[in-house]
Amino acid sequence: MKIAIVSEKKSLDARIDNRFGRCAYFAIYDSDSKTTEFFPNPAKDSPEGAGPEAVKFIASKGVKKVVAPEYGRKAEAMLNKLQIEMVQDKDKTISDIIKELE
Amino acid sequence: MTAMTIAFASGKGGTGKTFISTNLFNALQSSGLNMALVDCDAEAPNDREFLREGVFQGTCAVTQKVPVIDKSKCTYCRRCDEYCNFNAIFFLEEPPTIEVLEELCHGCGACSVACEYGAISEKDDLLGYVNRYRFSTGNELIEGRMEVGVHVSVEIIKAAIKSADAFDLVLLDSPPGTGCPFIQTVYRADYVVLVTEPTPFGLSDLKQSLAILKEMGIPCGVIINRADMGSNDARNYLIQENIPLLMSVPFGKEIAVAYSKGELVTNLNDDWMVKFTELYHAINKQFEAEI
Repeated sequence: MKIAIVSEKKSLDARIDNRFGRCAYFAIYDSDSKTTEFFPNPAKDSPEGAGPEAVKFIASKGVKKVVAPEYGRKAEAMLNKLQIEMVQDKDKTISDIIKELE
Repeated sequence: MTAMTIAFASGKGGTGKTFISTNLFNALQSSGLNMALVDCDAEAPNDREFLREGVFQGTCAVTQKVPVIDKSKCTYCRRCDEYCNFNAIFFLEEPPTIEVLEELCHGCGACSVACEYGAISEKDDLLGYVNRYRFSTGNELIEGRMEVGVHVSVEIIKAAIKSADAFDLVLLDSPPGTGCPFIQTVYRADYVVLVTEPTPFGLSDLKQSLAILKEMGIPCGVIINRADMGSNDARNYLIQENIPLLMSVPFGKEIAVAYSKGELVTNLNDDWMVKFTELYHAINKQFEAEI
């Protein structure tokens, strides 16, 4: 299963970002292959509607679960619609979160 | 006389747009002018707090058209998503998903034009109201008021200003900022009065507002509120740029106390009445000099 974690930087040592829709990167962890890929968030600088745009992006990557400190209303509605599970977490590094997911 | 529209705006909030526009309206009530004040700050209209004598005349709902997608007719061709400039169509190829994000919709209708399969119809979405209050002089306060949960005020501002078409003098109390609501308010104004304060924030936002008005080609002048406090930077800037200073309002406890009670200073004494009448003449003089 693919799990997206919002990330401040393109590194496993990076911290989880503060927000979902306008996060800097998505770290997409594949729990089957145990690999992690980083993608810049294409919705980061959207004038409006960044949340739904970010949902589109992770959904197109086949993500089924997402980890972020919080979710906007519009993003949450779309994540629910697509049955992508939302997990809330904060203040940790990407590698710490991956360890907990294993 | 020909109709004239004067907008009162500022970049920074809390500089005194409402103070100036409600008092000017009050000062001109007995002048025989056929006049309306439009409260365009639809997010937080408060002119009514100061002009309580107006009698409620009625309200008019402002709606916009929002698309409704018939998924049985939709072929997931994506044309509507491509036409939408506001990310209001949530489209995914896999799994096939199409949803309307009503909050992001600007009601432009492009998606309906885009759809070749008759899958998009439109419904009315309530944005807010335009309320009218009439005074014994025949003058009116027209108020735009957004519905809770709506976050784009432009259509309400447009409708409120349109309701004032029949008046000879229209005063527009603009929302703060320099974004779409400000631009929609000043768009049809013949003259804009920018109200600022002698702080770095006030000056910075004044410069932004002036740049926009210059681009739009609308003549404007400035009022400095609490002019005896802070720095002289705003005043010096106006001199340097040759922008007319229409009025300076000193900081005064009298004003603050009256304002906090929802009272108009023009009702306190004749001095204020004279000052605001003079302001109107100053605006007219500047406007005539510009055209």
